[in-house]
Amino acid sequence: MTVYLLKRVAMLVPLMLGITLITFTVIHLAPGEPVDMQMAMNPKVGKEARERLTKFYGLDKPLHEQYLTWLAKLARLDLGRSFSSDNRPVLDKIKERLPITLSLNIIAIVLEFGLAIPIGVMAAVYRDTWLDKGITVFVFLGFAVPTFWLALLLMYFFGVKLNCLPISGLHTLGYEAYSWSARLWDLSKHLILPIAVASFGSLAGVSRYMRSAMLGVIEQDYIITARAKGLSEGVVIWKHALRNALLPLITLAGFSIPGLIGGSVIFETIFAIPGMGQLFYQGVMSRDYPVVMGILVIGAFLTLIGNLIADIGYALADPRIRHQ
Amino acid sequence: MSFRTSFIATVFWPRLKANRLALAGLFVVILLFLASLLAPFIAPYNPSEINAWQVLSPPSLSHLFGTDELGRDVFSRVLFGARISLKVGFVAIGIAVLLGSAVGLAAGYYAGWVDTVLMRTVDIMLCFPAFFLILAIITFLEPSIWYIMAVIGLTGWMGVARLVRAEVLSIREMDYILAARCIGCSDLRIIVYHILPNALSPVLVAATLGVAGAILTESALSFLGIGVQPPTPSWGNILTSGKDYIEFAWWLSLYPGLAILVTVLAYNLLGEGIRDALDPRSKN
Repeated sequence: MTVYLLKRVAMLVPLMLGITLITFTVIHLAPGEPVDMQMAMNPKVGKEARERLTKFYGLDKPLHEQYLTWLAKLARLDLGRSFSSDNRPVLDKIKERLPITLSLNIIAIVLEFGLAIPIGVMAAVYRDTWLDKGITVFVFLGFAVPTFWLALLLMYFFGVKLNCLPISGLHTLGYEAYSWSARLWDLSKHLILPIAVASFGSLAGVSRYMRSAMLGVIEQDYIITARAKGLSEGVVIWKHALRNALLPLITLAGFSIPGLIGGSVIFETIFAIPGMGQLFYQGVMSRDYPVVMGILVIGAFLTLIGNLIADIGYALADPRIRHQ
Repeated sequence: MSFRTSFIATVFWPRLKANRLALAGLFVVILLFLASLLAPFIAPYNPSEINAWQVLSPPSLSHLFGTDELGRDVFSRVLFGARISLKVGFVAIGIAVLLGSAVGLAAGYYAGWVDTVLMRTVDIMLCFPAFFLILAIITFLEPSIWYIMAVIGLTGWMGVARLVRAEVLSIREMDYILAARCIGCSDLRIIVYHILPNALSPVLVAATLGVAGAILTESALSFLGIGVQPPTPSWGNILTSGKDYIEFAWWLSLYPGLAILVTVLAYNLLGEGIRDALDPRSKN
């Protein structure tokens, strides 16, 4: 296990370097000097900002030297300062928004898997019945619904028609005066729609995957053995079969992270949630270049860490990998 | 080539035809093609014609999908939006398939360090949340439909590369590849004439499903105001005004969204149908 862990962690180093290399390439994709681009796009960026930028990226030096300087800054978590009027360090801005996005996404993942696993299992157990067909229709619709459209419909229905759920932000105005229980209730009400939208996005995919994993497991000899021993169908399905079918889902959870983080741009923008996705969107719209680059790197690193956790989880759950 | 045509005629098409859902998908896809081709002739109004007396009027016989905040006919705009979606879907996926196939072929055929370098690049590219990468690149470019297509394609080739590589790895061990090598075929000839045609079926499936994904991505970008710019109608940017007028005009949000839903659903059903029809293990 230790050897496996060490190997897995050592693999991160080239991947991280690759991430920085691609991000660096994106910076230099823009035709002409990035600084000129910045000037042309955003007249608000003054001469002083231009000089600061040239200095920060070392744009007067050769490419490889620029890359190394930028990398050294990155290693010290120096992402530069935002172009916006507050001119704050990008890292601080990300730090105050990251927890919101992370907790939203974790709740969404838990909800998504909590729903997708039983749905997938039921579809596999009742294969080719009306239940399975109904679930398949739901899955295909789920694949095809644009999340932002779903958000709009939910906003219209719950926010405008029924007027029972708030449709923007995380708090009601003046919530500071509330007791803690009222605050919690207020926050939960604000979270229902965004989390529903965030988790719905990959619910279809995960339940589809669960169905096929379960179908594969049900045909195995040890399931026949379990049935032959006279175990109840419930124990066979929910204990013997499910445990084995769950294994590949751990990896899937790791793979779904970039999609969730990317999706947070959409639902945070629509529901006006002050998370990293919204910061990224604002950065893109105002061409706040250090913010965009900073979040791009951080987002990729987060994915890398998520995949690492998934791999470790897989190794812990599956002795065949642990003892390799 | 005659084997291929006979395969399509005797195995692929009958199987696809037997799959009612896939057939429905194909029907909708063809309908969309016709609709976007004939949009100027079947649209009841000019999609950018402003009518100050018909602002935000609900669906009626004269305006099937109602009108928007400038009095433009939403049905005509949705119809013209189909052109954008189709164009983006096909060009973006064309780029992704070409690039992905080239990378997958090279990695699978040459193996060794070529494979290592290319596949690690794929791993790294997959670390970036795709939507972040697309937005970041677009930050530096003027918003234009051509950039959108290029960026969606350039950030979406990794899946195809992995699929093609996996196919190539098994194909290159086949005896006919050895035979081709023995009679002195060049690497390029082997790759293009002997490996590529046999590795195409998973690519066809991935491309069909990919068109759906690209249409979704474009609509999300346009919705956020970074994609297709108004006044050019696209399903995504009609939904932007849908959001602004959600309290007064539900039809602005409903119909363009349904158009996306139906289109994406059709491509997905067709893609799954093609997958089943090409799968040698599936029953006839």
